[in-house]
Amino acid sequence: MLISNMEIVPGKRVREHFGIVQGSTVQSKHVGRDFMASLKNLVGGELTGYTELLEDAREYALERMTSQAEAIGANAVVNVRFSTSAISAGASEILAYGTAVVLDDM
Amino acid sequence: MELILILVLLVVGFVFGRLAEKRHYRRIRRRELAYRGLVVVPARSPPREYLHHDSELVRGNVVVSVDYFKSTLAMLRNLVGGRVSAYESLLDRGRREAVLRMQEQARQFGADAVFNMRFETSRVSGNAGSGLGSIEVLAYGTALIPKDREGAAS
Repeated sequence: MLISNMEIVPGKRVREHFGIVQGSTVQSKHVGRDFMASLKNLVGGELTGYTELLEDAREYALERMTSQAEAIGANAVVNVRFSTSAISAGASEILAYGTAVVLDDM
Repeated sequence: MELILILVLLVVGFVFGRLAEKRHYRRIRRRELAYRGLVVVPARSPPREYLHHDSELVRGNVVVSVDYFKSTLAMLRNLVGGRVSAYESLLDRGRREAVLRMQEQARQFGADAVFNMRFETSRVSGNAGSGLGSIEVLAYGTALIPKDREGAAS
């Protein structure tokens, strides 16, 4: 499955257009991580635990999106966008969406 | 007693935060030099020269937080309004770091350019109360990989 955030894919042509597909996940941090992060907040810098958590969440959202695209018979998702929103204290939603298409070689 | 604690936290935040920021900026500059050859552009579609490249979605993210000193500074700044330079450097560090991580991933694929680069910034809440605790910056784009070098890293 080809995933791209461009509207066109170099060297390929869109044969069929399936519309939007999306995948999302809501993640919250566990208490231990939150505690460590609040300590790190004193001195600043990168919060590696959160970076990894959000990276995993994004991977998962992409997976859901691609499986949705597979289910309707697409072989690529183009024009992919990410969106993140904090829905409550300690939890955020990660969304990935794009256009499912069938691509042919030119 | 409480005042002493706050003062200690301020000093700790000031010293360590400043050290960490200096070190981070040094690391960022060094890596930016190393990745200078890898073109990153926010253009929506690539020029004709890239017509025979493979494409791959690449991304890099980072969560960074301010230190106690800077968040206090920003809180005071809020009273009078104006430029909050304490947060400006935080966002700058985050963005540049995210782009570098994206470039790292693109390099692993053997790409020679990243097109349609987009930023996405969000606030990671939880431990900060009403202030800005930490932010996440995500940079993503499409890496274009020359066909003959495909699978060089995998």
